[in-house]
Amino acid sequence: MTNRSSILPLVVKGISFKPGEKKLLKDVTLTLEAGKATVILGPNGAGKSLFLRICHGLLPPSEGTIEWQGANADDPKKGQAMVFQRPVMLRRSAGANIDYALKLHGVPANQRRERVVEAMQMIGLGRFIDQPARLLSGGEQQRLAIARAWALRPQVLFLDEPTASLDPAATHSIEEAIDTFKAAGTKIIMTTHDLGQAKRLADEVLFLHRGRILERADADAFFAGPKNDLAQAFLKGDLLWWKRKELQPPSERHHAE
Amino acid sequence: MNDIWAALGAAITLITHADEGLMEIVFLSLRVSLGAVVISTLFGLPIGAALALFKFPGRKSLTILVNALMGLPPVVVGLVVYLMLSRSGPFGVFGLLFTPTAMVIAQVILVTPIIAALTRQVIESLWEEYDEQLRSLGATTLQALQTLLWDARFVLTTAVLAGFGRASAEVGAVMIVGGNIDHVTRVMTTTIALEVSKGDLPLALGLGIILVTLSVGVNALASILKDVAQRRQGA
Repeated sequence: MTNRSSILPLVVKGISFKPGEKKLLKDVTLTLEAGKATVILGPNGAGKSLFLRICHGLLPPSEGTIEWQGANADDPKKGQAMVFQRPVMLRRSAGANIDYALKLHGVPANQRRERVVEAMQMIGLGRFIDQPARLLSGGEQQRLAIARAWALRPQVLFLDEPTASLDPAATHSIEEAIDTFKAAGTKIIMTTHDLGQAKRLADEVLFLHRGRILERADADAFFAGPKNDLAQAFLKGDLLWWKRKELQPPSERHHAE
Repeated sequence: MNDIWAALGAAITLITHADEGLMEIVFLSLRVSLGAVVISTLFGLPIGAALALFKFPGRKSLTILVNALMGLPPVVVGLVVYLMLSRSGPFGVFGLLFTPTAMVIAQVILVTPIIAALTRQVIESLWEEYDEQLRSLGATTLQALQTLLWDARFVLTTAVLAGFGRASAEVGAVMIVGGNIDHVTRVMTTTIALEVSKGDLPLALGLGIILVTLSVGVNALASILKDVAQRRQGA
């Protein structure tokens, strides 16, 4: 995985998302490089999932551009995978779900079985390969979703609150798998509400609030003490700042002062 | 009361002896209804899937129309097809009126909206579930459509069975466009209507028993398919 030329960096320029009256993402500009695991934090409605979906190409931004500028970015879709909060399994066996994904990615038939088995074993679900996927438990289905992503050997893996509805054991298993992805050189871009998980997995943190990125920092620095006052309140578990009316990004506040 | 029991006994004798007249009617009925269902499926599945998947102007109105057409009164369909196929109608030259083909045409008009509307419902809710995942995996719309149809195959089969139920039980349309001609266009439902009006109950009852058995069989099959889908797909 590491020896292939990458589709990264991902250059996000001035993206906004406005499906109706309200802008849900506001002028987000940043570059995501290979290597670091990026964890996006922020309260509900901050725009975290939207941001992931726009980066992954599931939603077009209302304004701005998304560019994969790596040397191997001719077909960036092939270099990405996404795991959703609720796993979506096709109505077929666990193994066939992974096989389907490989087929769509153009993997030749004679290589698919091997990759299916390898992915199922990686996540510890080898014995379920011929079981109907939708009869597996919620945790097993989410692990299967991770295995499906693993089989695709993505350079970038998007995860949208992958452990939101899982018990600690399943969460641990998913986190181990994410570490395996990291070790294989896959760029992780994920959202979570679990601050402990963010500490365990993040190399860098993006703090998003009401559609704006208010802080971007290395994980250690962020958890030691974020610069942004809203991020500080968020880390403390403080909800008072919900009531603040005048909400501006740090740069604009600076100008105002 | 005794007359009814005697008629029922005679009806059962007709069935158990596979009476030639009765069998002729049963086979013609099945030929017409199955033919209509096959053709309706060929039209209904793609129409339903297209309504579920593609966004185009007028989609909502078309969906409402298809749903409304599910409840088309058979006699009205019969009347319209009659007018189209009659000598003075636009398709009169084909000489199709009072033939099994005319009956198939009328039933296709009745059954296609049922299959299309049910297909739309099934595919739309499945697409809602699969949409982001399939697009994330890089599926084209055509690949998504194939996947949706395949994964919904058991439920879609029950939609087709519902269409068959409607076709086999329908009397108004086939009566008008078929003319209920003995040995030519006489099917189970039209025979029952005729024989009852003549007071000849055994044949009517015999056909009635077969029709009800068919209906129970179709529903049992739908239920079995649902179980199979649950067991094999968890759906």
